[in-house]
Amino acid sequence: MPVSAPATPLVVRGLKKRYKDVVAVDGLDFDVRPGECFGLLGPNGAGKTTTIEICEGLTAPDEGVVEVLGLRWESDAAAIRERLGIQLQDTQLSDKITVLETVQLFRSFFREGTTPAEVIGLVQLEDKQHARVGALSGGQKQRLALACALIGNPDLLFLDEPTTGLDPQARRQVWDLVEAFKRRGRTIVLTTHYMDEAERLCERVAIVDHGKVIARGTPRELVASIGVEHVLEFAAGPNVDLAAIGRLAGVQDVRASDTLVALQVTALHQAVPALLEELERQRAPLTELRTHSATLEDVFVTLTGRHLRDA
Amino acid sequence: MPRFVWRPRALVQLTLLRFREFVREPEALFWGVVFPILLSAGLGVAFRNQPAETVRVAGVSPAVVSALRQDPLLIVEDVGADRARELLRAGKVALVAEPGGDRNVVYLFDDTNPEARTARMLADRALQRAGGRVDPVATSDTLTRDVGARYIDFLVPGLVGMGIMGNSIWGLGFAIVDARRRKLMKRIVATPMPRHHYLLSFLLWRVLLLGFEVAIPVAFGVLVFGVPLRGSLLQLAMLCLLGSFSFSALGLLIASRAKTIEAVSGIMNLVMVPMWILSGVFFSSQRFPDAVQPVIRALPLTALIDALRANMLQGAGIGQLLPQVAAMGVCLVVGFSLALWLFRWR
Repeated sequence: MPVSAPATPLVVRGLKKRYKDVVAVDGLDFDVRPGECFGLLGPNGAGKTTTIEICEGLTAPDEGVVEVLGLRWESDAAAIRERLGIQLQDTQLSDKITVLETVQLFRSFFREGTTPAEVIGLVQLEDKQHARVGALSGGQKQRLALACALIGNPDLLFLDEPTTGLDPQARRQVWDLVEAFKRRGRTIVLTTHYMDEAERLCERVAIVDHGKVIARGTPRELVASIGVEHVLEFAAGPNVDLAAIGRLAGVQDVRASDTLVALQVTALHQAVPALLEELERQRAPLTELRTHSATLEDVFVTLTGRHLRDA
Repeated sequence: MPRFVWRPRALVQLTLLRFREFVREPEALFWGVVFPILLSAGLGVAFRNQPAETVRVAGVSPAVVSALRQDPLLIVEDVGADRARELLRAGKVALVAEPGGDRNVVYLFDDTNPEARTARMLADRALQRAGGRVDPVATSDTLTRDVGARYIDFLVPGLVGMGIMGNSIWGLGFAIVDARRRKLMKRIVATPMPRHHYLLSFLLWRVLLLGFEVAIPVAFGVLVFGVPLRGSLLQLAMLCLLGSFSFSALGLLIASRAKTIEAVSGIMNLVMVPMWILSGVFFSSQRFPDAVQPVIRALPLTALIDALRANMLQGAGIGQLLPQVAAMGVCLVVGFSLALWLFRWR
């Protein structure tokens, strides 16, 4: 019996996976809706890759249920694989063969799919189709990996850290591709530790830490949930009285790092003048002051006390 | 167990991948195709059959010199005593014959040098005959330099067998571990392609390459050195195919769990070096003690090389080679089953 309607592309319930003495996934639940881009956001080592590889049928879970396109891996693996597009973290395709040959190879693995020429056009590698994979840049290799994921014309696309290690321009090209795929009504599950990527691409996000979902919702809902609209960061030397600053109007929380003090504030128009006045009173020399709207990064910091990158 | 799914297009593409990776890797092409030719050419030249060797000696008196010159196998230097010793020390002559007192002759030579011992016998025979000795028994020589009994005839099947082993084990071992290390294998098994097609593509590729790695050294041996092909060519091809598959099974087993090139290289050496030494590639494995002969005969390389020699040199049929065929068959079945059981797909 399916635990939900087959129209739900991916259902994960009570997923657990342990490697020797490390618990990688510790009771994960989430649903992915048709046509959405769902993000698993979390720091390195949070269990994102293990989770996505269980969903891809590459790793068996210790406990829990995974239902992909209404089917189960135990009974319908071959049928599921025909309908999945997969991009793994750091796969190195064979350097000796060309872009076109690589796509033709992957096309031969699927019963149905698009033509190699079409997919190569989609990822904008026409100019490079006769170049060997070894001669491609990091961004081009990643677009080729996407072409191999798209060649079977999948209903569900899994992307594991699709832009890690790419320069900003290459990242934007990958994002455009993901958005184009989404516009065709297909469903995407991606993992990332970049909050800007999740905010830009994902309709809904599950924030994962230590193998558990610690928050879920749309990026907007998650940011709103911490009750903070803005983050105000400043540097004013080592002798600032943080307790006094924490009592200022509109300031919700104070965190000091080596060089910067970060304030979570609700009303920027009250907090900024109050802060300047207080620093003047403390005779602390203000050397840096900046503000930004609260992001998923701030959600993660609020929930865990750590940053996504260095968690 | 998933049911057998047949997807010929995937198999063709995977085999093409093997082919492209091979021909676009100049080193692989050299070691797989050019090197066996160079090796058999080099060894063939080094061990070519030469006319009976002559020996250089020095004679110190006119009487000795003229007596020695009666033997056509001796090249005699006519020099003074000091010069003769100089030539001996420099290794230019193998023996010096100089007059002692009365009618005596003294030989100077190194008795640990086989050539010098031969020179001693030839020189003594020539001097004794010149002095009037008559041999009591009449003898005559019949020379037996048969095609098929020369060293090059022994060598070519050995090199073919060694080539099949090396190419199968290296070809599979490195390609599989490299794909695993690059996580390319994991990516490929995440597609709907049936997994056994991936392994099947390696076997298919081995069959295609086998034509080259056997035909080239055999043709070279036959055309250049006149190595005989006395057995059935079809059976020769079948023996090579069986050998190639049993070594592919070994290669698969070696690569079934290794994650790094270093690890797999170590295991390959562990498996191949003993066979290079024991299986009689360059010299007969009969030279090893009787106690280890059963072990040596059970090695797949011994089985393959013995079978190839029996086919090519003695014209033996497969019916006479059942022990060898069985040894390779066991290696194939056991190796392949173990490899499938142990194989790590990621």
